[in-house]
Amino acid sequence: MWHLVVLPIILPMLTALLIILPPIHRRPSRRRWVSMISAGIQFIIAVVLLLQVQQHGLLHYAVGNWQAPFGIVLVADTLSVVMVCLTSFLALGAIIYGSAGEDEKGSFFHPLFQFQVMGINGAFLTGDLFNMFVFFEVLLIASYALLVHGGGKNKTKAALHYVVLNLTGSAVFLIALAVLYGTLGTLNMADMIGKVANIAPEDVMLVKAGGLMLMIVFALKAAILPLQFWLPAAYSSASPAVAALFAVMTKIGVYGLLRVYSTIFGEHAGPLAGIASVWLLPVGLITIVIGAIGVISSKDFRKIVAHLVLISVGTLVTLVSLQTPASASAVVFYTVHSTVVCAALFLIADLVANQRGKAGDRLVPGRRIAQPALLGTMFFIAVLSVTGIPPFSGFIGKLMVLQAVVEPMNKLLIWGVVLSCTLLVIIGLSRAGTTLFWRVSGTESDAEHVKPLQTVAVGWLLLASILLVVFAGPLTQLSQNAASELYDINSLTERVLGSPSFDMTPETLNLIPNITSNISTNTAIGGQ
Amino acid sequence: METLFASCIGFLTSCGVFLMLRGRTFPVMMGLTMLSYAVNLFIFSSGRLTLRGAAVLGNSDNYADPLPQALVLTAIVIGFAMTAFLVILAIRARADLGNDHVDGKLPETGKGQR
Repeated sequence: MWHLVVLPIILPMLTALLIILPPIHRRPSRRRWVSMISAGIQFIIAVVLLLQVQQHGLLHYAVGNWQAPFGIVLVADTLSVVMVCLTSFLALGAIIYGSAGEDEKGSFFHPLFQFQVMGINGAFLTGDLFNMFVFFEVLLIASYALLVHGGGKNKTKAALHYVVLNLTGSAVFLIALAVLYGTLGTLNMADMIGKVANIAPEDVMLVKAGGLMLMIVFALKAAILPLQFWLPAAYSSASPAVAALFAVMTKIGVYGLLRVYSTIFGEHAGPLAGIASVWLLPVGLITIVIGAIGVISSKDFRKIVAHLVLISVGTLVTLVSLQTPASASAVVFYTVHSTVVCAALFLIADLVANQRGKAGDRLVPGRRIAQPALLGTMFFIAVLSVTGIPPFSGFIGKLMVLQAVVEPMNKLLIWGVVLSCTLLVIIGLSRAGTTLFWRVSGTESDAEHVKPLQTVAVGWLLLASILLVVFAGPLTQLSQNAASELYDINSLTERVLGSPSFDMTPETLNLIPNITSNISTNTAIGGQ
Repeated sequence: METLFASCIGFLTSCGVFLMLRGRTFPVMMGLTMLSYAVNLFIFSSGRLTLRGAAVLGNSDNYADPLPQALVLTAIVIGFAMTAFLVILAIRARADLGNDHVDGKLPETGKGQR
C-alpha cells in the first residue's frame, strides 16, 4: 500500500508507453480511450493518496529502498498531494477536450500529454532538489513538443523563445544546485533544513547566492516579473487542451518557491531566514499590475486569459513572500481555484473563437455565435469566478488572500493593488464579453457546434469552481493542514531521515560515518 | 589546478553568455551548449577537486565524492536531449518563418523576408 506514493509518476509513464505500442497507436479511438481511462484512474489514485495522507500524516517513499539522504525519496505531504490531485483533475479535463478532435492535428498528443503529467506529478512529489530538476526537464521536454502541436508560425516562434529561456533556466538551476551541494553536502530537502540551520559562517554568502539563484529559476517557471515576457505568447498560441494543462505549470514555480523558502530557508535558518521575501513582495505586486494592464490592453481573448494567469501568479507570489501559515493556506486554495478557472477559460476561448468565423478570438465585431446560450453561460460562470464575485470560488479565494495579510502597511499595499487590479480585470473582461457575444452582425456562422466531449470537459472544470464553494469548509481546513504541515519541519526531518523501515545492519552503520566524515572534511577544506 | 579549472569554467560561461545574446538561432544554440559545458564542469567541482580518489567505497583512504559524478552524468544526458530538440526546432523555425532570427523576423526593413 505504501507504493501508492510512486503511482502518480509510474502510471502516466506506463500509459504513455502503452499508447505508443502499435495495437493502440493505430486507432485514434483506442488512443483516446486508454488516455482518458488512465487519467481517470490517476485522479482516483490521487484522491486516495490524499485521504491516506490525511489519515496517516506525511508519507515518504524511498525508491529502491535506498534510504534518505543517500537515495532518492518521494515525499507526499498534504501540499504536494493536493497539487497532484489538481494536476490529475486538470489533465482529465484537458484530455477529454483534446479527444474531441484536437489530438489528431498533430502526432503523439496523448503520449506527450501523459509524459508531461508524469513530470508535473514527479516535481510535486519529490523530496530532493536534484530530482526536482530532473522532473522539471521531463515536463519541459514534453511541453516543448506539445507547444508546437498542430503547427503554425506563431507556435514555432513562441516555442523557440520558450525553449531557449527554459534551457537557460535549467543551466542556472544546475549552478544553484552545485553551489548548494558544494556547501551543504546534500540536496535532500529534509536534510538541507538541518544543514542550513547549522551552517558555518564562512559559507553563508555562498549558500545565499545558491538560494537566490534558485529563486530566479522558480521565478522563470512561475513567470513573474521581469521573467514573464514569454508567457502571453506561449500560452495564447498553444492549442487549447495544452494551454489548459499549462495553467498548472506556472504553479509549479510557485510551489518551488513555497517549498524552498518556507522550509529550507524558513525562520529557523538563522542568517538565511527569509532571504527571498524582500524580493518576492514587490516583484509579485508589480506582476499583478502588469497582468492587469495586459488584460485591458490585449486585442484578443486568449491573450487576456494568458494575462489572467500572470495575475494569479503575481497574487500567489505576493502571498508566498509573507511566510506565514495563513498565507500558505491561502496559496493552496487560490492555486486550486485559479488553475481550474484559467484552464476552463482557455477552453472556452477556443470554443468561442471556433464559432465566430474569421474574427476568431480577436476583440472585433464578428459573426453571430451559433450557440450563445451554452457558450455565454460557460463564459459568464468562468469570468465571475476568475474575478472573484460571489457565489463562485474566486470570491473565497480572494477573501483568503486578503485575510492572510495582517500587517497594516502590507494591508494597505497588497489590498490596494489586488483590489484595484481586480477592478481593471472586471472592466477588461466585461468589454471582452460584450464584444464577443453582443457586437455581432450578419448570420450565424456555419461552424460546427460544440461537441459533447468539449461540453463535458469545460463542465468538469467549471464544476470544480462550484464544488470549491459548496465544500469550502473542509477544503479550507485541508489547505490549513497543508500549510501547518509545510511549517512543521521537525516532523518532516524525523519522518524522512529517521525512518523505522531502514534496517541498521552493522555494515551500513560502519559506512555512514565514513561518508559523512569524508564529506564534512572536504567541505571544511573547501570552505577555508 | 583550481585556478585552471575555475578560469576554464569562467571562459566557457562568458563565451556562452555572449553567444546566447546574439540574434541568430545558431549562435544561440552554440552559446547554450557552451553554457551547459561550463555548468557540467561546475557541478563536477562541487564534490571538490581530488587526485586519485576512489569513487566507490573501497580500502583507499582517499575518497572522491561520487554524487557529483552521478549528478553531472544526469545533467549531460539531459543537456544532450535538449540541445538535439533545440536544433530540430531551430531548423523548423528557419523553414516556417523564412529566416533564422530568434524573433522570427529580421530587424532591417526591406531586406529580409517577413
